Amino acid sequence: MDLVQNFPCFSIILCLFAGIISSGLRDKAALRVNTVLLTVVTLLSGATLLYTLHTGESFVYVMGRFPAPWGNEIRAGVLEALMALFFCIIMLLSLLGGRHKLLEEVEEGKTYLYYVLTDLLLSSLLALVYTNDMFTAYVFVEINTISACGLIMIRQNGRTIEAAVRYMIMSLLGSGLLLLGLCMMYDLTGHLLMSNMKESVALLASGGEYEIPLIVAIVLMTSGICIKSALFPFHAWLPDAYGYSTVSSAAILSSLVSKGYIFLLIKIIYRVIGFNVYHDTRIIDALFAFGLMGMVFGSLSAIKENDIRRMIAFSSVAQIGYIYMGFGMGTQAGMTASVFHILSHAATKSLLFIAAIGLTDVSGGSRKFIELTGAGYRNKWAGVTFTVGSLSMVGVPLFSGFISKLLFAQAAVQNHTKMLPALIILGISTILNAIYFMKTVIRIYTPVGETAYTSITFREMRVYAITLVAFILLNVILGISSQPVVDMIQQGLAMFA
Amino acid sequence: MGPNLFINYGEAVAMILFGIGFGNLLLQPNLIKKIIGLNIMDTAVYLFLAEKGYIAGRVAPIVADGVQDMEAYINPIPSGLVLTGIVVSVSVSALMLALTIRLYRRYHTLDLDEISRQLKKEGL
Repeated sequence: MDLVQNFPCFSIILCLFAGIISSGLRDKAALRVNTVLLTVVTLLSGATLLYTLHTGESFVYVMGRFPAPWGNEIRAGVLEALMALFFCIIMLLSLLGGRHKLLEEVEEGKTYLYYVLTDLLLSSLLALVYTNDMFTAYVFVEINTISACGLIMIRQNGRTIEAAVRYMIMSLLGSGLLLLGLCMMYDLTGHLLMSNMKESVALLASGGEYEIPLIVAIVLMTSGICIKSALFPFHAWLPDAYGYSTVSSAAILSSLVSKGYIFLLIKIIYRVIGFNVYHDTRIIDALFAFGLMGMVFGSLSAIKENDIRRMIAFSSVAQIGYIYMGFGMGTQAGMTASVFHILSHAATKSLLFIAAIGLTDVSGGSRKFIELTGAGYRNKWAGVTFTVGSLSMVGVPLFSGFISKLLFAQAAVQNHTKMLPALIILGISTILNAIYFMKTVIRIYTPVGETAYTSITFREMRVYAITLVAFILLNVILGISSQPVVDMIQQGLAMFA
Repeated sequence: MGPNLFINYGEAVAMILFGIGFGNLLLQPNLIKKIIGLNIMDTAVYLFLAEKGYIAGRVAPIVADGVQDMEAYINPIPSGLVLTGIVVSVSVSALMLALTIRLYRRYHTLDLDEISRQLKKEGL
């Protein structure tokens, strides 16, 4: 066995231990441990990605030397390693960009707790990405929920605690459904490892046995994950949780936590149930419909919003709708587009949150649009970055958002029955996106004569400005050289099957 | 369907309990009742698992009197899952209760809708 095959397990364990050690450290030391951890895990994931690309196949790491079907396994292919690498980079940048706000908004002597939570969150995300065992996935889903709840309420005011409670309630409903569906799947198949489950499900499906229980179990698991990742009718908790928590939390929650669950759903579709069986259940039609509704209604709510943070949060609802619409197409092309949109949305949404905080900071901390007038001149870096993010969200060429819209449109053309609604709603949603993002960009570049607010220079925000540049670069790289990434995604999805 | 439902009455009860718990967690405005709903929901899943793992006439998988035959024991995996599930559910309940205490100290009510109303008044 090659050394690289130990890396996925090693990164998860490293994150858990970093969390435990950080709980006994001071603020500064915990921050250092966290930064080192993220860098190391990024390198390890990068090595895993290169290794899987080189060998061209996925590998299974057996935990505790118990062979399948009894033991617990970790499985890494191109897609898993790519996701892990991407999650680490986004988390590193989000934490860097929000660090000054964290110090302002959290009591001194308590910020180490924030780093404990992010370490745990990273470990659970990595475990969700790599695990090959359904019950392990459930346990890490719960760890993910608990640490995400901590990230929301680390900033102590009434709003965030209420948002955290609402987030917890919805998440617990989702994980209850997921657990029940999973137990039913265990009863039907007699296995907990994804590969063994898939074999049994294929036998059941071809024999036509236990048809209704199988569908019920699939529906339960899917709807549980939909609730947790805030698909359209279940998004009520989202604006408060993203809008009032500290900015790094908002960026991490919108771009990583919900994506972790969606990635788990992709794994369930491909590795537990099998793409064709899942396709035949017609659940994807429901996902398609809810995705389309989310794309429209999320954008409409964002247009009505008068608060920049909540506007970006509602935009997330629309973008999650895009991802589920891609699932709903029921083709490989739709799936590829969805996975690319996971990456693209993660890169863009965290950029928007981090840039928005720079704009509100130079407007007296107010998030109302009227106060933001001319903020793009007062904080030039944040203004430019926000514009880049907006253009990417709208789908202007050069930026990552364009590629995902293009992939969605291409996927829609391949599916004859769903082509028309998908393309129409894609068009409407793009126009709605343009309305609210361009409104904001025009607002922040409207010159004001006399203002009470002072501008900020590069020297006063070095780390912040460098983070913004890194975000822009990430976005442009995804937008310009998208073909290698798309190839990797296709290769990874092929390894899943 | 009818006779199956009667034979598997344990699973049927578990599903009904799950529904009750789910409804409570979703619909009750009172936070403590919500947490009770959460616990009913989780416990229903454990009942379901235990019911599925049990095989009539067999005993718990603890080797006694040197009986190594697989036919003598029930399936131990669901019991293991229940234990793991209980650990998860306890920690989640503890977190929810801690959040409830925080909210109660601040707003002197357990009603989530009332808390939202007070928050709107605060204008945060």
